[in-house]
Amino acid sequence: MTMKLEYTAEQLAFAAEARSWLEANVPKDRLPSMDTEAGFAAHREWEQQLSDGRWSVVSWPAEFGGRDVGLVEWVLFEEEYYRAGAPTRVAQNGISLLAPIIFGHGTPEQQQRWLPGLTDGSIIWAQAWSEPGAGSDLAAIRSTATRDDSRGGWVLNGQKIWSSRAVWADRGFGLFRSDPAAQRHHGLTYYTFPLDAPGITVRAIEQLDGGTGFAEIFFDDVFVPDADVLGGIGDGWRVAMSTAGNERGLSLRAPGRFLAAADNLVALANTSAAAGADISAATRERVAEAWIDAEAYRLFTWHTVSRALVGEEVGSEGSINKVFWSELDRDLHETALELRGAEAEVKTGDHGSWVDDYLFSVAGPIYAGTNEIQRNIIAERILGLPRGDRRKN
Amino acid sequence: MEFMHSEEQLAFADAIDDIVTDLGGTQLARSWAAGDTAPGLALWAQFAELGLTGLRIAEADGGMGGSLADLAVVFERFGYHAVPGPYVESLALLPQLVSDADRAAIAGGAVATAAVAGTHPHLLDAHVAALQFSVTAGALATATAGEALESIASFRKLSRATAGADAADVDPDHVNRAIDEATLANAAMLIGAGERLLHEAVEYAKMREQFGKAIGEYQSLKHQLADVRIALSFARPLVWQAALALESGAATAGRDVSAAKVRAAAAAQLAARVSLQVHGAIGYTAEHDLSLWLTWVPALVGAWGTPAQHRARIADSILAPVGGAA
Ligand SMILES: Cc1cc2nc3c(=O)[nH]c(=O)nc-3n(C[C@H](O)[C@H](O)[C@H](O)COP(=O)(O)OP(=O)(O)OC[C@H]3O[C@@H](n4cnc5c(N)ncnc54)[C@H](O)[C@@H]3O)c2cc1C
Repeated sequence: MTMKLEYTAEQLAFAAEARSWLEANVPKDRLPSMDTEAGFAAHREWEQQLSDGRWSVVSWPAEFGGRDVGLVEWVLFEEEYYRAGAPTRVAQNGISLLAPIIFGHGTPEQQQRWLPGLTDGSIIWAQAWSEPGAGSDLAAIRSTATRDDSRGGWVLNGQKIWSSRAVWADRGFGLFRSDPAAQRHHGLTYYTFPLDAPGITVRAIEQLDGGTGFAEIFFDDVFVPDADVLGGIGDGWRVAMSTAGNERGLSLRAPGRFLAAADNLVALANTSAAAGADISAATRERVAEAWIDAEAYRLFTWHTVSRALVGEEVGSEGSINKVFWSELDRDLHETALELRGAEAEVKTGDHGSWVDDYLFSVAGPIYAGTNEIQRNIIAERILGLPRGDRRKN
Repeated sequence: MEFMHSEEQLAFADAIDDIVTDLGGTQLARSWAAGDTAPGLALWAQFAELGLTGLRIAEADGGMGGSLADLAVVFERFGYHAVPGPYVESLALLPQLVSDADRAAIAGGAVATAAVAGTHPHLLDAHVAALQFSVTAGALATATAGEALESIASFRKLSRATAGADAADVDPDHVNRAIDEATLANAAMLIGAGERLLHEAVEYAKMREQFGKAIGEYQSLKHQLADVRIALSFARPLVWQAALALESGAATAGRDVSAAKVRAAAAAQLAARVSLQVHGAIGYTAEHDLSLWLTWVPALVGAWGTPAQHRARIADSILAPVGGAA
């Protein structure tokens, strides 16, 4: 009987290669927040640098700038990435949420046109799913797409909201109602559009952390050619759902980020102690709890990877993941603030400080599908409890 | 990378499920609690035939030579079924500490039990144990059972232990490792107990109706049950990892075992709390089988080091010493 948690020599060599490249290339000073114009530009440059080293999309096919590596290598890379303190990926929505759709549903022409720009940060994408009236109930989307045969395309109208980085991004992707007669998730189509198209107005929204992380997008007769429709007409819901699992599950949230955060928390506790802080046994236990959770997250990921490697379906389990990482992240940062004591409230302006990261961590239980919605999914799809009387999708 | 059950482990788990079910399932613990140990001992004998009692004993010594990952699989099933008897002591703790002759006897199906100074001070089920020991940091002695004590769990029969005068020195590292193996087995059992509590609650929630619909349609119950699913799913890999680390003699093995115990205990406690709430008053009756796990979980949480002790052990391992580093 065997059960193992081991890497092959090739996998370890791959991780070592990534580590040495990152050591040599990760900017010594943290980049300014990507939710500022200058920070966004600096992050875009970093995407280019990653791409030059062929580290921006390691799991993609070589023809699109990847290294064709498997899941194990990908998770190892992410661990190295965060351990090295490398910048948050400004291209992450495009890479984790849009690219799988382009690979799975895009035409060969769309793949050629869009994938290269995703790998090197030359085209940054914003996800335009949410609407003022369609948050958790995403199928309540009201923004419309009307057929325009004369121009060979569609005309978009309506409003999207909470679109991360839409202020500085180049293109957006999202769902619009292409069949006004169809209810709920029927009659939706997946469109992409340049954010500077005529008829589009982007209004920045200041976030809790003071940055302009997200924005509203208004559509006033915005024309989209047929070539920019992703997947079939009326097929938008299915197309979109094929990546919602990704966002909650593995692809956006490899354990690297939390392992690095837990390491930083341990270091914070130790430097505080060294500086003479009197750390209570209770606080030490909270640090231990955060460390255990990061470890649990790493191990659960390897379990999921193992199952995926033998071809098991691990779809809805992304919801188990999502609730866990978001609560772990928030709890870990609360503990960090506790350790910082009266210093905790002081904003240093330096992005990546504990107080900034804390403010970001509290959004975790909301975005990527709120934790309440995830718990519904776990209860109904994993535990098999009855759906109840909510509106049927 | 195969960080999951192997085919053999799954087959073995199924075999255990079948044997326990054939011999009466929860009736085994019920009889044990009522003083009739015959069905429980019949199960022990069947396990001996399967080779399970020699799971952690080398093949050369008459055992199966199984790994600690195998042990985790087996004890999760024990937890799921609430099997009565001193399995942690006989299968996980003692094989490493006792004489060759006693080890062979355990592999052959002899029931053994032990009191361990500090974290497991009372003898469990001495009334059925042919071999009884007292374990301290650096010594192993035979033990005799004294006054009977009542456990919160009806099928755990505890008694005070008196160590014999025959204490033999044992390498303290050896003792610690054996205790870690026992703690690991205990953690795996907690996962199994938690899974059973969740399973019972989910089945009940699908069937029980109030206000004209299944109570499982109510979101407040759904979310509590989802939290149990999450807690158990993230605790189990910690148990596996601890097994692998302990097996390979990794320097971090001790704290890995502690992490497994902390999370397994928390997950099982949550499962117990939620399962009782989902069942309502029926869950509070001694007649309902749920009572077996509801009372067993707190006993298992307290045994082999409390969560606070294990958290402190982790903190001591990852953080600079308290008051040090100045
Ligand atoms: C930092 C951040 C970045 C984001 N980035 C993007 C982005 O790039 N693109 C994009 O499209 N969107 C983005 N979002 C929006 C995000 O996807 C939504 O906020 C989320 O889906 C929840 O929708 P809502 O905010 O409208 O809340 P609502 O849906 O109104 O929910 C409010 C509360 O009600 C609860 N609730 C709702 N329905 C149920 C139910 N059935 N059962 C139980 N409870 C329920 C929710 O859980 C929540 O607690 C972002 C959000 C944040 C915070």
